[in-house]
Amino acid sequence: MRHTLLVLVNDQPGVLARVAGLFARRGYNIDSITVGPSEEEGLSRMTIVTTGDDQTLEQVMKHLHKLIDVIKVQDISSEPMVGRELALIKVNASASTRPEITHLVEPFRAAIVDVGRASLVIQITGDSDKIDALIELLRPYGIKELARTGTTAMVRGNVIKMEKTSSRRSFA
Amino acid sequence: MNKLTSAAETIQEAEAFTGLGAQVMIQCLIDEGADVIFGYPGGAVLPIYDALYGQPIRHILTRHEQGAIHAAQGYARSLGKPGVVLATSGPGATNLVTGIADAYMDSTPLVIFTGQVSAEMIGRDGFQEADIIGITMPITKHNYQVRDAKDIPRIIKEAFYIANSGRPGPVLIDIPKNVSNQMVTVEKQTEVKIRGYNPNTEPHPSQIQKVAQALSQAERPLLYIGGGLVASEAAGVLRQFAEKYQLPVTSTLMGLGVFDTGHPLFAGMLGMHGTFSANKSIQNCDLLIACGVRFDDRVTGKLERFSPHSKKIHIDIDPAEIGKNVMAHIPVVGDAKQVLEALLKIDFEVPDTKPWLNLIQTWKDEFPLRYKKEPGILKPQQVIEMLHEACDEDSYITTEVGQHQMWTALFYPFSKPRRFITSGGLGTMGFGFPAAMGVQVARPDSTVVCVAGDASFQMNIQELQTVVENRLPVKIAVINNRFLGMVRQWQELFYEGRYAESKISAPDFVKVAEAFGAMGLRASTPEEAEQAIKIAMEYNGPVVIDFVVEEEENVFPMVPPGKGNDEMVGGWEE
Repeated sequence: MRHTLLVLVNDQPGVLARVAGLFARRGYNIDSITVGPSEEEGLSRMTIVTTGDDQTLEQVMKHLHKLIDVIKVQDISSEPMVGRELALIKVNASASTRPEITHLVEPFRAAIVDVGRASLVIQITGDSDKIDALIELLRPYGIKELARTGTTAMVRGNVIKMEKTSSRRSFA
Repeated sequence: MNKLTSAAETIQEAEAFTGLGAQVMIQCLIDEGADVIFGYPGGAVLPIYDALYGQPIRHILTRHEQGAIHAAQGYARSLGKPGVVLATSGPGATNLVTGIADAYMDSTPLVIFTGQVSAEMIGRDGFQEADIIGITMPITKHNYQVRDAKDIPRIIKEAFYIANSGRPGPVLIDIPKNVSNQMVTVEKQTEVKIRGYNPNTEPHPSQIQKVAQALSQAERPLLYIGGGLVASEAAGVLRQFAEKYQLPVTSTLMGLGVFDTGHPLFAGMLGMHGTFSANKSIQNCDLLIACGVRFDDRVTGKLERFSPHSKKIHIDIDPAEIGKNVMAHIPVVGDAKQVLEALLKIDFEVPDTKPWLNLIQTWKDEFPLRYKKEPGILKPQQVIEMLHEACDEDSYITTEVGQHQMWTALFYPFSKPRRFITSGGLGTMGFGFPAAMGVQVARPDSTVVCVAGDASFQMNIQELQTVVENRLPVKIAVINNRFLGMVRQWQELFYEGRYAESKISAPDFVKVAEAFGAMGLRASTPEEAEQAIKIAMEYNGPVVIDFVVEEEENVFPMVPPGKGNDEMVGGWEE
């Protein structure tokens, strides 16, 4: 099962290595990991998408909790959430196929961010499925380059976040 | 009075201090109550050694950094406070790695300082540069690289706190040389506040109630105790708890001594080389109260067959231990001592455990630990028993790793916590002798004996110079069977007796001891052994006793690897 974890960490050199190293060493999967500044100065927020059963997830979360630079860990898989990734797709585009591609991209609310003589760069944001769908549509034209960010996510509305110190609560 | 001493004195008087990063560091160590540093100098830590010069901290100069860190482990484990280690960058730092991993596995509090090349050189593969932060990330509780000397007081305060609170462990601080040489004005750090670190020590009341309820329904309860009880200083409350409810107790290797092994409620050590009674108890109990243990595979044997009929309670300060190997029906996160105290505070009744205790006693009586004595031949188990005779309950025993370690665990009755210091998790050969050295530094008035194997002792034998130089009167009992004994035992049992590379030679240990300036003795018969131990104990200095024992003696009983704890072999047939 896929899980989405939000991890609030100290903005320190090496923290990403600590988190990624933990996953690697204990044999946990990382489907994607994104990190960037959070709303609070000095803290970064990571979004980690991982695959595993409930028992694995529990261990992943507990081990993340153990890292001193980790402030909060939250599993938002069962919460109403917004999960987005960004992709840049460089696709072959000749004069004849360009209007066709432009037309194709529109319903996805994707944007053409670069126009070359023989190619276009398309920027799309959304959930993984949406991005997969556009990629599949563009594939016949010939994808020259593809870059995806991995998911970054947030819980919708006012959902109480699990504090790091409350790991005990899960056993109550 | 030199300039540095006067600067260091200033910091004691004032809250703010101007000095070099290295001087700040030494002062912070003094403030933390660190009285000993085990270390080895080098280029990147020269400013620190210079700042240490003339300061009231004892420095033990070992002959190898691995010796320093194992010594600090012995110091820490015998005292229950962090051991401090100092090594230079690159090879100095990497020589610590085995000890760091060992301390991490056995939850030993250490604060380790490594020198680093100057900040502007980091990442350029400079002379003696190693990424010790990256290397030790998975084997430390936490690590720091100091980028500004202003952070030294905070980082040292945090490091001591992290190392010795919650589940103890090693914390490494890497200090680039320019930071040691940086002139700063800093304030004393008096409190610790780490946002991402708040270990739960108090158990949840509802979980305590569940434990009580489970106990009140159990007919065959069993306490399974480990090193966590040593760390939380829970020996007294553990004894009260076990006696109040008449609960039989089995211990891991790391827990030995926290419950008197001579107590009638003690069922023995469990696991691969555990006693028959302990392993039978664990396989037949209906309630297993695991306390301060981590369900190591050397204890559980084949997981699917482990304690199949029991409801499992797991008490641990580290939530990540719960459910890691064995699923717990009742998890309790908290400090072991506080959990047991909470259980003692509430009143509940436990069914009569007498029939269960009687059954365990039957197993103890029918299948005791034993070995065959033969006239004129020295048996390793016999040496352990003789050593016990010559020691008192306050003596400290360290071991290396292998057969002699298991014989010590089985045949030496430990009655107090912290008296048995061994490398449990990592199984590090070369641990025991330097660890004994550290224990002797921490406990100068106690008898400290290192039970070693002939192979293990050779791994850090150079530390003989350190014990001689520092007048540390440790007694090293080499159980010399001319083999990597445990390897040979496995080869005998599981590889059809093909002793591939397990036969190992050794130097003349008596001459080696004498060359280093220690006393050397040899014993090949029980009579000689008795006499040698007597001489060693009366001599006020380090002694190496070479006990020439029977070569092919095995440690029995044994659960073969991959088998269940009820599939023990050996030890009872004539």
